[in-house]
Amino acid sequence: MNLLALVDCDNFYASCERLFRPDLRKKPIVVLSNNDGCVIARSKEAKAMGIKMGVPWFQIKKAYLANGGQVFSSNFALYGDLSNRVMHVLEGMVNNIEVYSIDEAFLDLHHIQNSNHAYEFGIHCRNIVDQWVGIPVRIGIGPTKTLAKIASHVAKKKIGGTGVFCLHESLQIEHVLKHLPINEIWGIGRNLSRRLNDLSIYSSYDLMKMDTRLIRSKFSVVLERTVRELRGEQCLAVQNDREPKKQIIVSRSFRERTGDFNQLKPLISNFAVRAGEKLRHEGQKCSQVSVLIATSPFSKQAQYRGFHSIQFSNPVNDTRSILAGANQALQDCFRQGYAYAKAGVLLSQFSHSSVMQRSLFDDLHKSFDQKQNEDLMRCIDSMNAEGLQVYYASQCPGQALPMNKKMMSPKYTTSWLELPTAK
Amino acid sequence: MTINYLGSISADDLPVIFTKFFLEPVSVGFPSPANDYLESPIDLNQYLIKNGAATFLIRVSGDSMIHANIGDQAILIVDRSIKPKHGSIVVASLDGEFVCKRLQLRPRLCLLPENPKYEPIYVQHGQDLDIMGIVTAAINKFE
Repeated sequence: MNLLALVDCDNFYASCERLFRPDLRKKPIVVLSNNDGCVIARSKEAKAMGIKMGVPWFQIKKAYLANGGQVFSSNFALYGDLSNRVMHVLEGMVNNIEVYSIDEAFLDLHHIQNSNHAYEFGIHCRNIVDQWVGIPVRIGIGPTKTLAKIASHVAKKKIGGTGVFCLHESLQIEHVLKHLPINEIWGIGRNLSRRLNDLSIYSSYDLMKMDTRLIRSKFSVVLERTVRELRGEQCLAVQNDREPKKQIIVSRSFRERTGDFNQLKPLISNFAVRAGEKLRHEGQKCSQVSVLIATSPFSKQAQYRGFHSIQFSNPVNDTRSILAGANQALQDCFRQGYAYAKAGVLLSQFSHSSVMQRSLFDDLHKSFDQKQNEDLMRCIDSMNAEGLQVYYASQCPGQALPMNKKMMSPKYTTSWLELPTAK
Repeated sequence: MTINYLGSISADDLPVIFTKFFLEPVSVGFPSPANDYLESPIDLNQYLIKNGAATFLIRVSGDSMIHANIGDQAILIVDRSIKPKHGSIVVASLDGEFVCKRLQLRPRLCLLPENPKYEPIYVQHGQDLDIMGIVTAAINKFE
């Protein structure tokens, strides 16, 4: 039997916040979204207090703090670094790994034939990650991705368990699926489960027993694949090379609404600069930059949603070109008289940055400039990464609406100035 | 001989290789005699860090380890993947705070400072002690 494993970091952001704060062991921790809007991660203790995922911070703030809860603004520099470490350790343990998200990875266990060995491997894996990086993980093992994901659910639910669960025998799979509502299956959302409920399909077991042809004709090939995966037929392989990104979006909602073009412009510039950094980090160039500005859908004032794209003649990754494009796009979609609550910059139509499309008759000297420009961008990126903030003129850091991140922990692992200390 | 017209080629369709030769300046003159001996510069990471994923940097505050050549503000290289043993210098969390001390397992569990001004810390029952990792190197900066 070909087995695979899903490794899932427990309450990842909360675990990261705890790693360098031993005083917060067993204390409730919540992490807030960008701008400190709502709760995006909770430690076990915070869950036990009844804090729900996605709840607005202001609603729970008073009671939560009064009960000794800890709160953090999201610190993605820290989470990203610790995630890379976890993935790196996992990469060293198997040949084939698919990093599925910041806190999840699929491992190909085809070198392990025996399910007992798979379970032991899971325990070993969990201990190593915990010891080396200090992040607790749980591991679900199964013959398909969908079943591995379900096994990881079981591992989570089992109180006092080992954090590893292997789901492979058909009787055991049937038993688990009978008790699993369909909306807990990977890839089945609320709408889809409602439609399935209409056909009296409630448990995952009901779904597994459905005729695949009927599922394909009534729903989709995707759902058919899920049904097959529930039966133990591997339809989704562990893919170690992720598809390159097709677009990069940097967007924010802001608390203070603004109708002022001169306030929006530096904000858009900030997003464009950040998007440019991401683009170069991915090793891509883009041919299109778009700007989105929108009023709040919750507001009773006049609504407007502006979107405009600028096309470049040659693919670019230079922040200055992106800035120029973004500013042009903003001018084109800005309308006077609205209170904007959200803005964003989107880069798209990528090509790999080493592929240079240029015409035969391009000016020779341009290529020298090209080299210089690339060096300049690399230099600015590395300075910014080190915390020596370099701003582009149109950013006007003083004027931009600042992001609310009042409760952010130090960048313990990525900044010399913020290292943890020991006495 | 017959000739078939297949279509026109625009400059944009040409593969990159056709223009590549013009992209970089060609320098003339004698090549550097060192070219055959190029090696990458010395990398401190390679010397100081064995297991990157398990290695964390921690700054020391205070002089309690001065006789182990760990001064105030030194940067500790802490490797979580190495098992601590009797006599290892470790970073541990004790009652919610990180400390850097020498670990003594015999005759009784103790965290030893390396400075007579400080008392050994005997770990009592019920105290939370957690070894974070062992200190494999310390960097003291003089300027």
